[in-house]
Amino acid sequence: MKNSLQKEKRDEPRDEADTEKTALLDRRSLLAGTAGIVSAIVMRSVTRSAEAAMLVAPDDPTRVPGAAPTAYGQRSTYEQSVRVPRSWWGSLTPLQDSHGILTPSALHFERHHNGVPVIDPEHHRLMIHGLVAQPWAFTMDDLKRFPATSRLAFIECSGNSAIEWKAPTGQSVQQTHGLTSTSEWTGVALKTVLQEVGVKPDASWILAEGSDAAAMTRSLPLALLIEEALLCYAQNGEPLRPEQGYPLRLLLPGWEGNTCIKWLRRLKFGTAPFMTREETSQYTDLMSDGTARQFTMLMEAKSVITSPSGGQRVQPGFIDIRGLAWSGRGRIAQVEVSTDGGRSWQQAVLQDPILPKCHTRFCLPWRWNGADVILQSRCLDETGYVQPTRAALVAVRGVNSVYHYNAIQSWKIAADGQVSNVHA
Amino acid sequence: MYMRNVMMMGLITVLSVGILWSSEAADQQDRMYGYGLGRPATDLDLQHWNIDVAPTGEGLPPGRGTARQGAAIYATKCASCHGPTGQEGPMDRLVGGAGTLGSQKPVKTIGSYWPYATTLYDYVYRAMPFPAPQSLSSDEVYSVVAWLLYQNGIIAEDTILDVHSLPAIRMPNHNGFVPDPRPDVPKN
Repeated sequence: MKNSLQKEKRDEPRDEADTEKTALLDRRSLLAGTAGIVSAIVMRSVTRSAEAAMLVAPDDPTRVPGAAPTAYGQRSTYEQSVRVPRSWWGSLTPLQDSHGILTPSALHFERHHNGVPVIDPEHHRLMIHGLVAQPWAFTMDDLKRFPATSRLAFIECSGNSAIEWKAPTGQSVQQTHGLTSTSEWTGVALKTVLQEVGVKPDASWILAEGSDAAAMTRSLPLALLIEEALLCYAQNGEPLRPEQGYPLRLLLPGWEGNTCIKWLRRLKFGTAPFMTREETSQYTDLMSDGTARQFTMLMEAKSVITSPSGGQRVQPGFIDIRGLAWSGRGRIAQVEVSTDGGRSWQQAVLQDPILPKCHTRFCLPWRWNGADVILQSRCLDETGYVQPTRAALVAVRGVNSVYHYNAIQSWKIAADGQVSNVHA
Repeated sequence: MYMRNVMMMGLITVLSVGILWSSEAADQQDRMYGYGLGRPATDLDLQHWNIDVAPTGEGLPPGRGTARQGAAIYATKCASCHGPTGQEGPMDRLVGGAGTLGSQKPVKTIGSYWPYATTLYDYVYRAMPFPAPQSLSSDEVYSVVAWLLYQNGIIAEDTILDVHSLPAIRMPNHNGFVPDPRPDVPKN
């Protein structure tokens, strides 16, 4: 199940350019060995050009000194897994290559509505106004001085899998499910900051606004978010990535990604929804009778097999079926896997940690006999909610609601080992 | 049903935020010696940021415009993405689609789908034109909004839109939205 592309690259004969790279590496390694006496300037320039080139493994790495330390680490040049950009609006996480439950920050999916802004944290402010005791402004330094809190949580765009409503469309799990990621998020609890500001008793909705070129805004019901909302400035141990809202974003665990306003600059308190474009003409779910559901913030339980998955090719014999499950309502309680298109189900193993509102890794050891099969996974969360079949979901919602598609995903393994997306 | 849901949320909020507020009131002493972080924001701080427009019209700036004035602005600044009549794209279709929402091929536009006219002012100023958001004057925004509403058959070509007339417009799909009933799918 190893990515065949990577293997091909590794096996390619070395051309002249590669020989040059090897020479460069050797020179760099030599420098590394005598780092103490080499001037910092030479060191820096060599390191830079070496990083720009593809490092090639020597025949025997035990006989060649390794590379020098680096200021900001990079993954092995043999690892090629990347996000897939989607037009101007975002990019998809390569779930097929993921391990465990955390998404590397550099691979966390993106969704933005007019690009990723460049923001100087020195000049960034969070303004809180409307129905509060007094309008208040915080610098990033202010926010970082509050008691900090961290938690793991998934963020899923409510448009994740939207291409699957009508027909099996995504060729890979990256295309069908790549708008979800999990990170450790660190910041200050919104509740803590609001206690400092003082919210008036009649305030019931918050308008949250971003500092991007869409000035993204959503109205959020205060009562439903107050216990868990986090003003985040860090992700996976370092400041937020620009595409994740640097220097400040809102995190509403379990809510659709769009509500977790990035580049957060303003919270305005009012008594009613502000009815922004994003919660009226967008992010509303059109039913077949022509009505549309509004303020459908919660992401319901969903699971998907990440390997084997669409676009991969497998061999008969042992296969560790692996996947991810998550629920906006809490913890995943159980995941079942079917290898016969949903006729029978086996309980998968859930790997620790199993955390609320967080990707949870499941696996099931299996032996493929080489015959056509359809693999599926379905999850149950701690509230008793069961991930629906596609037929059950479509029966209730029709096929035009765009958002919140969480049906069971089917992957067909053909006799030749090729895995593809099907509706079953 | 929808309003009942919103009111229910409001009630829950009063209860839970009441805790925030009352502990605040009871512990004025603590608050004075609280974290001591941040500073009061001034009107000047907020003047360029407080740009939201609510369905009540709160937040609308002075200014005015008609569809006749908006036609030229639309042609110059909007048509390249949304088409000469707002129906051709390549980006979001803005005009038409009346009566299609319950069909197999719904066409969601300002005229067929958007529940509030005020949202249009908010969004056009906030985020449009795509290459230069927040660059239109209030007269220009009122005018473009008027043109879009006129194209959708919602107002007349010479209707003057301003802080009073815009919030009074009732959009065709005003009653088209319902609250979240999930969980809604029967168990397998």
